[in-house]
Amino acid sequence: MNAQIAAILTLDGIASGAIYVLIAIGFVLIFAVTRIIFVPFGDITAFTALTLASLENKHLPGTVGMVAVLAAMATLMEIFSLWRKGTLGRVPRALLFYLILPLIPAGVVWLTAGTLLPTALRILLTVAVILPIPPLLNRIVYQPIADATVLLLLIVSVALHFAMSGLGLLFFGPEGVRTQGFVDYTAIIAGTPVSGQAILILGSAIFFSFLLYLFFSFTLTGKALHATALNRTGARLMGIRPQQACTIAFLLGALLAAISGILIAPVNTIFYDSGFLIGLKSFVGAIIGGMVSFPVTAIGSMLVGILESFAAFLSSPFKDVIVFSILIPVLLWRSYTLVHAEDEDEE
Amino acid sequence: MSRQTTLAVGALVLVVLFGAPLYLAPFTITLLNYIGVYALVALGLVLLTGNAGMVSFGQASFMGIAAYATGWTSAVMGYSPWLGLILALVATGLIAAILGAVTLRLGGHFLSLSTIAWGLAIYFSFGNIPGLGAFDGIPSLPPISIGNLALIESGQIFYLIWIALLLSMLAIHNLLDSRVGRALRALRGGNALVESLGINALRVRLATFVIAALCAALSGWLYAHMGRFVSPTPFDVTASIIALMMAMIGGAGYLLGAVIGAAIIVLLKNGIQDILPRIAPGASGQLEVVVFASLFILFLQRARNGIVPFIAQWIPEPHRERPPPADALPRQTQPAKGTALMQVEAVNRRFGGLIAVNDVSFEVHAGEILALIGPNGAGKTTMFNLITGALTPSGGRIVFAGKDITKSGACDIASSGIARTFQHVKLRPKMTLIDNVLLGTYGRTKSGFIRSALRLDRAEEARSRHEAMRQLDRVGLGDRPYELAGNLPLGNQRVLEIARALAADPVLLVLDEPAAGLRRQEKLALAELLRTLRAEGLTILLVEHDMEFVMGLVDRIVVMEFGCKLCEGDPDTVRTDTRVQEAYLGGVA
Amino acid sequence: MALLSIENVSVSYGKAEAVRNVSLEVDRGQIVTVIGPNGAGKTSLLTSAIGMIPASGRVVFDGVDITSLPTEDRIEMGFCLVPERRELFSEMSVYDNLLLGAYSRRDGSAAIRASMEEVYSRFPRLRERHTQKAGTLSGGERQMLALGRALMAKPKLLMLDEPSLGLAPLITREIFRIIASLHETGVSILLVEQNARAALETASFGYVMETGEIVHSGSSATLIDDPRLIATYLGGGAH
Repeated sequence: MNAQIAAILTLDGIASGAIYVLIAIGFVLIFAVTRIIFVPFGDITAFTALTLASLENKHLPGTVGMVAVLAAMATLMEIFSLWRKGTLGRVPRALLFYLILPLIPAGVVWLTAGTLLPTALRILLTVAVILPIPPLLNRIVYQPIADATVLLLLIVSVALHFAMSGLGLLFFGPEGVRTQGFVDYTAIIAGTPVSGQAILILGSAIFFSFLLYLFFSFTLTGKALHATALNRTGARLMGIRPQQACTIAFLLGALLAAISGILIAPVNTIFYDSGFLIGLKSFVGAIIGGMVSFPVTAIGSMLVGILESFAAFLSSPFKDVIVFSILIPVLLWRSYTLVHAEDEDEE
Repeated sequence: MSRQTTLAVGALVLVVLFGAPLYLAPFTITLLNYIGVYALVALGLVLLTGNAGMVSFGQASFMGIAAYATGWTSAVMGYSPWLGLILALVATGLIAAILGAVTLRLGGHFLSLSTIAWGLAIYFSFGNIPGLGAFDGIPSLPPISIGNLALIESGQIFYLIWIALLLSMLAIHNLLDSRVGRALRALRGGNALVESLGINALRVRLATFVIAALCAALSGWLYAHMGRFVSPTPFDVTASIIALMMAMIGGAGYLLGAVIGAAIIVLLKNGIQDILPRIAPGASGQLEVVVFASLFILFLQRARNGIVPFIAQWIPEPHRERPPPADALPRQTQPAKGTALMQVEAVNRRFGGLIAVNDVSFEVHAGEILALIGPNGAGKTTMFNLITGALTPSGGRIVFAGKDITKSGACDIASSGIARTFQHVKLRPKMTLIDNVLLGTYGRTKSGFIRSALRLDRAEEARSRHEAMRQLDRVGLGDRPYELAGNLPLGNQRVLEIARALAADPVLLVLDEPAAGLRRQEKLALAELLRTLRAEGLTILLVEHDMEFVMGLVDRIVVMEFGCKLCEGDPDTVRTDTRVQEAYLGGVA
Repeated sequence: MALLSIENVSVSYGKAEAVRNVSLEVDRGQIVTVIGPNGAGKTSLLTSAIGMIPASGRVVFDGVDITSLPTEDRIEMGFCLVPERRELFSEMSVYDNLLLGAYSRRDGSAAIRASMEEVYSRFPRLRERHTQKAGTLSGGERQMLALGRALMAKPKLLMLDEPSLGLAPLITREIFRIIASLHETGVSILLVEQNARAALETASFGYVMETGEIVHSGSSATLIDDPRLIATYLGGGAH
């Protein structure tokens, strides 16, 4: 390997690392606020890419059906629980949030599926269709057991991932897709060609991380979310509703997943089940950050991207083995550095 | 249910089970074989998850390591499958020990996440090692032979599978009801208690993890020679989660849960494979996983404890006899009364910028009751945690019985003869009173995992039980040793903690607010008990708020305020000290 | 009619009962105290009153039965708790902590700014340290921040759980002076304390709790002279 190849591999790694950064930040964000390790995160990323590809090919994306089914289930569950609490007066509100709002973008996609819309509009529609999925899953799957232990929530998450990948195959079919590039430009940096797509990915990762930083630092909602993550009891005593905070965290996570899905669509061939590995690799980054620190998570995810890129060059079949094996020394290091509160779940 | 009925039911089940190949169709026997094989993996998870509280998403990869080990030994190298079994167990045990040593220090969800990662890494390795047939796998494994009999038919290997399963269940049953088994069950709910009893939590966790992996290895070996073909797919993360699903649906805390869970999932899978193609032709494969995952989520939402406890509530509790008398366990010799037992020298503890304990020195003399008093937040509990090793001092020195214990961990300090109770009672609410007290005898007994599994520990166990009963009687809880600790009122829970501490036969007993939440009568009884213990030569250090309780009981008092020692002396001196009055009257008067 | 009335409330953890059939009342503009030793169930009583742990019995606040309402609804009604552990957002600034105190209010940012000004003039130390992280404050400042944060919600009733916990006598005195002065602004207070004498001197009515039950109640003046209480709580056998 010479310096030229090393430079190319590094740049390549940074580009995929930037995608992992977005996903890993989403993981940490959702975990901090809700204590849920949202394993199906990667699936949402993959579904975004598949949706974008369907729109590009003027097909009706499977996501539309998925959103419709989830919205119907969530609405029924919400109405049922309102009925049991004797607060049926809130049904119209439930219909608006759980049925009508999620179905608007899905309806638009359904109506325009046959026509090829401009790229920007396609991307916007894709994001809008994807956004309601994680909050709906939260309502259906997690809300009934919101007080469960982290471990139980994790088991549920893993089961949910399998349900999602099964649904993915059902709604999208087994074919892999790759969309057209958004930019057709190659820069030469220090004698190494850098694709415009890579620059776009890196730029987006930085831009959205910064946006998130602004959100948490300067808006009351952001501060309330931060407060919930720091101290749930304290937040409740301020009147911050945990379920509302959860929904917002899932929405933000959904946004990050959707953006990463859009960015990865032209770079990798995405299958219905590609999300799991993408998610888990980001996860390695999140664990490097100890599931709490955003900056360390970002650096960790970058490292994972670079490592993967070198591993793929050195031994393609074993690249995944190498990436997941890195977790072991990371965990060993973490087990000595992470000060974790005694997890006293006395059942 | 009487013992005879239990035995009769057990014998009947065995006859029906082992007669199965005579009256059931081969296809049904094959299903039973699958149930047996999966029940073995689930059995490991019952031990690991249901009893020790560690969730693994990687059990199928241990199964895979074993299957590949025996596949390579028997089909590639041409040796006997029995040699394959040895290699399978050794390889799996070794890999599990290494993975465990690295990841088990991490608690809860980090551990579980790491199991997904190495589970995937191992799975990808199977598919990419050319010597193991890559994604095509290893075909035509030889059957297992016993003497000249090759176990080819499903009705033949059936016996091997179910005997292996039943023997494993017996061994794990024995294990759970033993010294190490109790330690293992106590792991759920945090390390603080476990370490304070002199149990090396990491070692117990590691041993549990390896045993669970060995269950999976045995299962993998049987699986490989049952299908006579090994490929990566049956050992992926999906398979691992299905194994977990079996254990949890059956009831992860119960041995029978593994078998019932495995039976339900295998039969359900079989049923779904019949039904789904009729509902959704062409999409049944992907629907299967959706159906399973959704059912599992629904199950976790509605009935987390599984089927066995659900059924068990209708079966009458077996009557358990009070443990018979046995020889007493060996006792420590208590140091001579009045000699210095512990020196605390200029001990400091900082939390960030906050100084919780500031240059505190005092001495504990053998055979006395010393009280540490002071207003809330004075640093008494921190001082306690420093002495018992739950925290390490930032400066200063603590010497106990001539040994410097300043830097020792809770586990070592417990072994050197200090037993403690906690301000917020730490018991295992789902364990019986006697089991909770038996935890205290851990440091005085020796039986390990193998002795326990083979029931070679009974003589020692009888002595431990006798000791535990003695301590239960002593604190007045001896009339119902098999009640669950969680069912006791708070006052009794405190006393139960004291019984547990006494069962460790300590030199120094350290009590953190023993009288809090006790009624007047209970306080009087507690004071009486502590006096008796002192008369027997035990040294007691206690933190307490209740002045009436302290003043009439203790020999000396150390008063703390804002992390510093305010004064020390006998009750009368302390009572008349103006600084103490100021501190206790809150300074407003 | 009483502002808060707790009727026959019991709290259990498993089969262990922490609070047994407790009833008490706080009238408008009154300071009421609950005293008792560690483990008497005082904290459980407050935590159940705010709706954070399940309990049997009935809680009526401001004429409304709030027994089945979630915590957040109770807070929006002006019913606040400053818990024993303060529960500050230690990684956030003093200013942000105070701002979040007003999270449940819907009366616009001008009113919230005015409240912030009020809190700052009541606790000048907080104004000095408004950019500092809450976790870096001293014990007394933390308690002031916890009080200030609760005041930001414009409560009708404030429940204080052991406000003097871990504080030096001088600071304890200061905190009790502040509690007494809050009373002049019209807020009612339910004060739980181990520091029985200070609590009774601040409150007008007191309840004594022991092993989950109310064993005594009466005006502070009578309780403070009760010989049995003096023996048990007002300085042990010191007299």
